[in-house]
Order: sequence, then structure tokens, then C-alpha cells
Amino acid sequence: MNRAKINSPQGKMRFSNQIGQKLLERNFLLFVTIALFIAMYIAGLIAYKDKNFGNVQTFLNLFTSNAGLIIVSVGMTMVLITGGIDISVGSVVAVTCMMLAAMMERAGIGAAPAMSIVLLFGLAFGAAQGWLISYLNIQPFIVTLAGMFFARGLTAVISLEMITITNETFLAIAQKRIYLPFGGYLNRKGVMIYPYIYPTVVMAIVIVIIAYLMLKYTKFGRSIYAVGGREQSARLMGLNVKRTKFFVYILNGLLSALGGIAFCLNTTGAFVELARGFEMDAIAATVIGGTPLTGGVGNVYGSLFGVLIKALIETFVSFQGNISSWWSKIIISALLAFFIVLQNLLVRRKNKTKSAT
Amino acid sequence: MATKEILTMRHITKNFIGVRALNSVDFTLRAGEIHALMGENGAGKSTLIKVLTGAEEFEKGEIRLEGFDHPIINRSPEEAQDKGISTVYQEVNLCPNLSVAENLFIGREPKKFGKIDWKTMNSRAEEILHDFDIHIDVTLTLDNFSVAIQQMIAIARAVDMSSKVLILDEPTSSLDEQEVGKLFQIMRMLKERGLGIIFITHFLEQVYEICDRITVLRNGELIGEYKIENLPRLKLVACMMGKDIDILEDIKEEQSSSKEKDEDEIILEAKGLASLGKVKPFDLSVYKGDVIGLSGLLGSGRSELARTIYGADRVDSGELKIHKKNLSISAPIDAIKAGMAFLPEDRKEEGIIEDLSVQENIILALQVKQSMFKLLNKKDQEEFAQRYIDILDIKTPSKDTPVKQLSGGNQQKVILARWLLLNPEFLILDEPTRGIDVGTKTEIQRLIVDLAREGKAIIFISSEIEEMLRTCNRMLVMRDSEKIGELWDDEITQDNIMTAIAGGGRA
Amino acid sequence: MKNLNIFKKPIYQYSLFLPIVCLLLVLIVNLIQTPNFFKITVQNGVLYGFIIDILNRSSGLVILAVGMTLVVASSGGTDISVGAVSALAGAVCIAALGTGATYNVPYIVSILLALIMGMACGTVNGYLVSYMKVQPMVATLILFTAGRGIAQLVTGSFILYVKPEQFGYLGNFIPGVPLPTPFFVAAFLVFITWIVLDKTPLGMYIQSVGINRDASRLVGLNSKLIIFFTYVFCGMCAAITGLISVSRTMSIDANNVGLYTELDAILAVAIGGNSLRGGKFSLFGSVIGAITIQALTTTLYAMQVSADQIPLYKAVVVIIIVSLQSPVVLKWFKTIKGKLSTRSHQMVKEAK
Repeated sequence: MNRAKINSPQGKMRFSNQIGQKLLERNFLLFVTIALFIAMYIAGLIAYKDKNFGNVQTFLNLFTSNAGLIIVSVGMTMVLITGGIDISVGSVVAVTCMMLAAMMERAGIGAAPAMSIVLLFGLAFGAAQGWLISYLNIQPFIVTLAGMFFARGLTAVISLEMITITNETFLAIAQKRIYLPFGGYLNRKGVMIYPYIYPTVVMAIVIVIIAYLMLKYTKFGRSIYAVGGREQSARLMGLNVKRTKFFVYILNGLLSALGGIAFCLNTTGAFVELARGFEMDAIAATVIGGTPLTGGVGNVYGSLFGVLIKALIETFVSFQGNISSWWSKIIISALLAFFIVLQNLLVRRKNKTKSAT
Repeated sequence: MATKEILTMRHITKNFIGVRALNSVDFTLRAGEIHALMGENGAGKSTLIKVLTGAEEFEKGEIRLEGFDHPIINRSPEEAQDKGISTVYQEVNLCPNLSVAENLFIGREPKKFGKIDWKTMNSRAEEILHDFDIHIDVTLTLDNFSVAIQQMIAIARAVDMSSKVLILDEPTSSLDEQEVGKLFQIMRMLKERGLGIIFITHFLEQVYEICDRITVLRNGELIGEYKIENLPRLKLVACMMGKDIDILEDIKEEQSSSKEKDEDEIILEAKGLASLGKVKPFDLSVYKGDVIGLSGLLGSGRSELARTIYGADRVDSGELKIHKKNLSISAPIDAIKAGMAFLPEDRKEEGIIEDLSVQENIILALQVKQSMFKLLNKKDQEEFAQRYIDILDIKTPSKDTPVKQLSGGNQQKVILARWLLLNPEFLILDEPTRGIDVGTKTEIQRLIVDLAREGKAIIFISSEIEEMLRTCNRMLVMRDSEKIGELWDDEITQDNIMTAIAGGGRA
Repeated sequence: MKNLNIFKKPIYQYSLFLPIVCLLLVLIVNLIQTPNFFKITVQNGVLYGFIIDILNRSSGLVILAVGMTLVVASSGGTDISVGAVSALAGAVCIAALGTGATYNVPYIVSILLALIMGMACGTVNGYLVSYMKVQPMVATLILFTAGRGIAQLVTGSFILYVKPEQFGYLGNFIPGVPLPTPFFVAAFLVFITWIVLDKTPLGMYIQSVGINRDASRLVGLNSKLIIFFTYVFCGMCAAITGLISVSRTMSIDANNVGLYTELDAILAVAIGGNSLRGGKFSLFGSVIGAITIQALTTTLYAMQVSADQIPLYKAVVVIIIVSLQSPVVLKWFKTIKGKLSTRSHQMVKEAK
């Protein structure tokens, strides 16, 4: 970056330069993610023209089937921005589902109190992990690895058998269709069919928006970035680094539990092996969404697109019909590899241009 | 001039493991004064600042600050900041991933309706930087800008926050002349406002240009507090250096004159060697018995020149000959095999391998040079380590002590031992005396001269010119990543060097 | 691995102190809980008993832990793909042999193919970590997600069974040998690795690179190559574990072979007293850590805990162990100890 250019008087030139630069330097990865999503979607439209891929409903289903993952990814994004990691989220999702199921089906607790209790559990779980990480200075990977074991084991302690949820309130929420007033089509009988979403999607979208606002417009949100950018500097600038990290893990615990509730509304049942590998899905979605694991950079809407790309790949594989569902895993990994390499090249390029000036 | 004391530190004492870093030091800062804190590396300046800002604890003494009727103790930089003491460090302590405006305002962002008001923040950031004559897009992230601009932003932040005391710890090392001028303007303005400013720098001119008072530390002791007009330059240098001036006076005497060198004695020859973005193409011939100093301001490319010869930084063009044979260096191991050794500037980051034992640290390079896979004889290892522990008088509980438990000076000796053990023909020593006590410094200087006498060649880099004046028979002058001249024997004087660095001299 | 001069330091400062104490604790609990825990009987010419079972079952983990230890030491990161790589290597081996009454290819070829597969995976991981400078966890996340998928493609998403009886020797017993084969494999690998690390400078190089990559480069070490090598080695270890695993069941189930073993392996390294930030390491610490984990698992089985609930107890053990290693906690201990000693000094003074 040279100063002469910035100081140049041609305001307009400067302005357009800036926009281009910002896109390229700051949001390039996000840009690639979104472009990729759009390109993939268009490719889907062309390839599966005759299979109703273009339906609004198909698009909305991308959200529906992944509402829990979106919520969990939001928490993961914040953790990654601080430069940490949380691999316990999948197990937390499982244990919250199991707790919900057990409370409602075995202990006869109502849906609302059961949900409040699991949220509290998530909060406490996050607080415990956060305390170990920020105040005892133990590496996040190890703490959350233990957290992962703990939550999974706890799931099994609650019940080794699958529990199917029959609580009426809960099922009512789960099956409540919220119809959109647009995007419908006429079926063969000439009836207008409107696309619909479930409450979990609303939940997920609201969480993304709140998280976005928090990260951008609150002191706490900015501290998260500062801590991830350069912890030492953040401390010297007077930020409370430990408390910031602590709160992020608490928030993440809470969001994991909320994600668990959304997940449970989708599955309406719980078993020990539930949501296995979920944490890696969340990390992959977040990384694809432009949040590197090095911390300091990232956005929740990027992660949203990360999840959607994963959902799109899964949809492709299911539309294809006869190929192994393992392909979706392999393709996601390949994408992950691509993004990781891209991030690296970008960082290198930046360092090079800087050292040259 | 106002004489109200706003900060007094009395009898501050602080020990590091086995070393007395500060011994009953007093320091007084008055309102509306710029007070230079002077001393050589290792004199205790930074420790005193760290004690004041709460980055380090101290054992004895008290600190009083205007507005507090009891002695204060800062437990962390935040606490110091809350009390009105802000600091700018030598390295930029900002977050590279945040925007310029955020870096100025983080922790005290302007708010509107409970949310951060980015618009106000950005415009206020622009205003603040305007005072410093910096016109940049404050919404870009900090890492888009050069270190100099980053440093100015750090200063701007500190200035904007400080209410009583502003500490500038070598802030000028990465700034150019114009930027320094701007900084001084701001400092004078703050002085008018009644702030107390503590200014630490290596550049004597700057001290005499802007400061009102000087406090000199040496070896953890207070030498004295002087009004600027009562302490002429020479006397200041004498105060800072202490008596080691006399010890060193005669070091160089026996050295032979070097201008007419025998062609057979050439060890290394560089032609057009360059590393992109680090050092521009340079030529250099090194002969047996040479002690070559590299002078230039920090960031002038002196370390980079040395690193390029050794292959520590990538070589992009040019050729290197050792004993008239072409040598391509793609990694440091090639340089080592060709008889070179390199003691890097940053001891902690690039020198010691902290968790390994003293012995392992000493024999490591020899092991790598001799064989990748065949372990050196255990007995030899022990003997080598012990020999150098004795020769260099390394103070360590045992050979097996992790090197991180040693004091800085002893760590430096361990690294020196590592390279001496290779019996290299050509040594590059980048700041070998930084941060170590005067006694060890003298020893290392002596060692350099002795090695040269044995027929080895040495490149010696130090930010203390006096040190190089005492030991070198040749001096390369660097400016803006470029070698701009060479001074030989009698030409090596402080004045000549200074003029060459300043750009007016012969090249 | 150094000559320990036991008299200079208090014993709890040795790196092996904590892991050994943990193992002993687990064993003592067993002694009380299950009195016949230490009983070894001979049936059909082979040894039986909980202890033998622990040795047998922990072998795979020990091998993984050896590879993981080096990866952690050199790069300060973990290889989370080892479980998936095990499955992939096992799948390659069995796919090559086929499901017929006789092998499609010679046995040794299938073993080599599996090992090559493991090392190829290690190469990918190592290249990303050392040359592309990707954080280890992210780099290995790729194969963690893809590995099992590729294994499924290799096996055509079926669970394949191998018929010839000899195939089971590696994972069970060789006729006439009273000890399980995996034990010998693990012991051999640990021994060879130890010899290589201790009798050549490689052990020191790995630590050196792990502690300070830049400084190591300046003393002439090829830091990148060394890190790369540890990942390839770790991939090979994962492949060996995979081979043992498929031999044990005479089949490959790509979904379940080596499931969660990466976590156990990392745990073994941590319980072994090794810092996950890299640098100094103790190979035997990791081995003891691996055995401890298996002992804990076997103990819980013996106490009728369901397999699915075991992670809960593991988690508690991990948290206790890593908390004890935390610098903050160590500092607390020191201050408490300091207070106690000044108090006792005062008491002595007062007594005088």
C-alpha cells in the first residue's frame, strides 16, 4: 500500500479503488464463497431442470434441513474469531436432544421448561469450558475434546436406547409450517401451493442477524476480533482478554444448546450416536465461509453460506440418486482443501506486497 | 516552566533470576516536560517503564502519581491507562486485523443508541490522524499500512488517551525524518497542555532537540538526573557507558591495517547479492582478520544484508564466492557447510531453543553440520559443552539445565558457543551484545578482536556505534536497504559515519 | 530418555511421574474392585486375562500414540485424520485381497499397499502443514472428513469379509504363540522408534523444530522436511493400526474402524505428560498414556459400564490431568507451598 495513492486527490478514482480493494483484500474469501454458492445453484438449475430443483421449496429446504447447523456454526464462528476452537458442539447437540427427549418422555416435563433447562445446561457447559480455557489457560482443543467426551458419555448415561418424542407441544412446534406469501406454484389440480418453512429456520435466521449485529456494533463484538487479531496488543490496549474469551465460550455453549433444540425439532427423537461429526461440519462450514482458524477474521453470514454450500452438495448427491452419499463428504473435503489453500495464498500475497513497499 | 511533579518513583528495586535489573532507582517527571530516559541496552530503562505500567511487578519502592494521595501500584497496563498513563512501545501494539479507526478507539468506541457509531468513529479517527498529517482511509485494516504509519497510529492512540503521562519507548526507530518532525510537533503541543512525557530513544540528536531533562541509568543503577543544558553530549555518552570506555580503549591497537589486502586472504566475495524487498544488490569482499561493522539506522537493511549472505533470507539475485569458488546458498545449512556462522539479532525468536538443555543448544549446529543421522559421541558432546561453558564462563547450574532458565547474557553466550564450536572462518554477529550486562559485553568485544587476530573474519552489527568503533577495521554504511559506502581504518569515526548515514557523506 | 539424576529434583517433576501415577491409580482401583483383574489363565495355549486384554487392545492405540507424539512434538499440532486413515488403509488391504477363499494378491502386497496408502495420506497432511503452513488441525481436517468417504468408495460401501484364516493372525494370535500378535507389533514399533530417536540426532531435531522452528532453520536444520517426515510417519502408524484392526475382525467396516481413535491418541500424548504445544516429548510417556486409557476402558467394562458411557469418565480424567499440568494451577500450588513453608519457617523460629 503506498501512501501517494491514498493521498491522491482524484476522489472518485480513490473511491472505486477502495471498493475494489476492500472486496479483494478484506472480503475476497467471502466473495468467493458467495459466488461459488450462486454458481453451484445455477449449475443445479441447469442439471436438474426436470427434477423441480428450481422450486422455491427446494431452496428453502436447504435451510430447513440445516437450521441446527446454522445456529451452531454461528457460535463456532465467534470461537474461531477469537483464535480458539470448540469440538464439543456435536456432542452438546446430542446431549441436549437426549435431555429434551428424556425430560419430556420419561420425566413428564413440559416442552417449554425442558427447553429452558437445556439452554441453561448449554450455558453452564460453555461456562465450564470457557473457564478452563481462559482462566486456567488450557488449550481449547483439549478442553473441548474432553467436553466432547463428557457430553457424549452423558448422552449415553441418560439413555442407551433411542427415545422418540411424542410431546404434543413439541411436535406442534416441530411440524408448524409457516407459509410464505410468495413463490408458490399451481399443482396439477390447479391449487396454488405456497412454499413453507419451519420455526427452526426462523430461529436460525434470527440468530444469524443478532450475531451479526453483535459482532459489528457492540464493544464485546469488537473485542472478539481484537483478541483474535493479536492477543498481546488487545491486552495492552486495555481490553479484558480473559473475560472476552470466557463469554465467547459461554455464548457458544448456549448456541450449541439452541442448535440442539433446532436439531431435535428436526429429528423429534434422540439416540446416543446422534449428530456424530457435527462439530467438523460446523468447522468446515465456517472455514468455507471465510473464517480461518488463525483467528481475527470472519463473519457469521459467511458461515451461513458455508452451511448452504454443504447443504447444496448434499442435495445434488441426493438428486443424483444412484451415487454413494459418501461423495458429499468427499466433495466437501475437497472444497475445504481448496479454501484452505486459497486462504494461505492470500495471506502470503499480502505479506509479500507489504514487504515490497 | 511548570515544576509541579506529576510522577515520582522512589527506590524502585527489581530482580530477575540472579540479576538485579533495578537497584533503588529514583525517577521524577514534572508536568509540561519531556524527559529523556537514557542508558545502554540492559541499563534498566524498559524494566523501569514496565514496572511503571504494570507489565512487571517490583519488589521495593513506591510510585506516586498526581491526583492520588497514596502510592499506586499498577497490576496491568489497563490499570495504568485508567490512571492516565499511556505507552507506545517499540513494536506496534495494535491489532492488525482491525480497521485503523477501530485501533484508535477500541475499548472506548463512540456509541449511538447503545450501538457502536461507526460513522462518528471514522470521522473522529480522521480528525485525530489529521493532526499527524496522515491522510489515509481509516476503514482499511491496519495491516494494509507500513510499519511507520502503524507506529504513528499507535502514537496517535496513546496521545489521544493520555491525560497525565505519555511514555514513548523508542517510537522513532521505524519513522523517517519527516515523521519524526511531525511527532515532535505533537509532543511540544502536549507539553504545552501540561502533560509529562517520558521519551526513550537511541538517537542522541533527538534527545537534544526535544527534551528538557535527562535521567541516565546504567546497569540497573541511577546515574543521575540532569537538565539538558547541563549535560553536553560527550558527558552524556560517558555517563551512559561508564568506565568501560577505558577498558576498551586499547582493544583495537594491535590490529593490522587492512586497506591493502592480499588477494589470497580473501574469504568471501559477494557480487550484486540481493533479497527482494529486504536488501538491494550489494558487493562485499571479506578478508582474513576483518572485523566489519554494519552501521545504519534500524530498518536500514543492515541485518538483512547479513541474513542474505547467510541464506537466512531468500537470495534473489547475485553471486557469492567462498575462497573464489561459487557457492549457491539455498538454506542456512549450505552456509554452515561453507564455514559460516550466524548469530541472529533476535535471541528469543531465532537464537535459543528454549526447552533444550544448554548442552544440546551448544552442540546442535555442530551435530547438524557433521551428520544428519549419526549422533555425535556422547562423551564428545559433554566435553564440547563443558569446554565452552568454561571458556565463555557461562553461568548455569548444569549442562542439562534448559537454556530458558539462564539469564539473557548467558543465553547469548550459549548461542555464541554454538557457533564457536564449529570453528567457522566467517562469523556474522547481529547485535551480540544487546540486552546483556557491561561485563559480558566487554568480553564479547574482546572475543571478536581475538578471533580476528586468529585469522577469522567477522561481520559485527550493533546499534551502539561506539562498540563498533572500538572493534571494527571496516565499516559498511547502510541506508534504505542499500549499502551506500565503506569506511576504512582511520576513516571510521562517529562523525564520518553520521554524515554518511545522514546522506551527505562520501559514498 | 536422559540419565536421570534422581537426587537433584523432587520426583514429581519428572515427565513420567504423572502418567505412571495415573496408570497405577487405575490398576489399584481394579485391584479393589475386581479381585480377579490380575489373574492370567492359559486357554488353548494362549494367555487370557484382563491384563493380557489391556496389552492386546492397547497395541493399536500405542502405535497411533507413537506417531501422534512425533507430530505433536514437531509441529505443535495434532493429526486428527489418523482414525480415518486407519479405516482407509484397512479398506485398501482388504479390497486388494478380495473376499474369495484365496487371496487375489499376495498378502505382503496388500500390507504394502495399505502402508503406502497411509504414508500417502501422511504426505498430504505433511505437505499442507509444513510447506503450505496450514495449521495442523485444519490440514488434517480434510482427510478426517474425506478419509472414510474414500474408504467407502474403495469397499463399495459394503462390509467386506476375508475368508482365509491366516488373515486373523496379525490382530489376534499366531498359533503356538501365547501372547497376542498386536503386542509384538506395538513393542517392535516402539523399540525401533526409540532406537532411531535416541541413537540418532533425529529426536533432538524434532524437539528443536517443535520448540523453535526459525532458530532450528538457522542452525542448518530443514525444519519443513522434519515436520513433513513426522506426518508421513504418523500416516504409516495409522495404517499399521488399521491393519491390526481389520485383521482382528477379519473384515472392514469403513464406518467404524478406528472411529474416535484420533481423540484417544491425542489424549494418550497429553496424559503422557507431553505438551500439545510441541517441543520436548517423552515417547514412553505416550505409550504409558495409551495403556492407561485402555486400562481405564477395560476397567470400566469390568465394572459393567456401557461402551457408550465410557467417554464420560474419560473426560473427567482428562480434565483433571490437564488441569494439573496447567501453568496457572502449578502457580497456585507454588504459592500455597510457599505460604506453607514460610509458615513452617515461622513456626521453627517461634520454637527457637
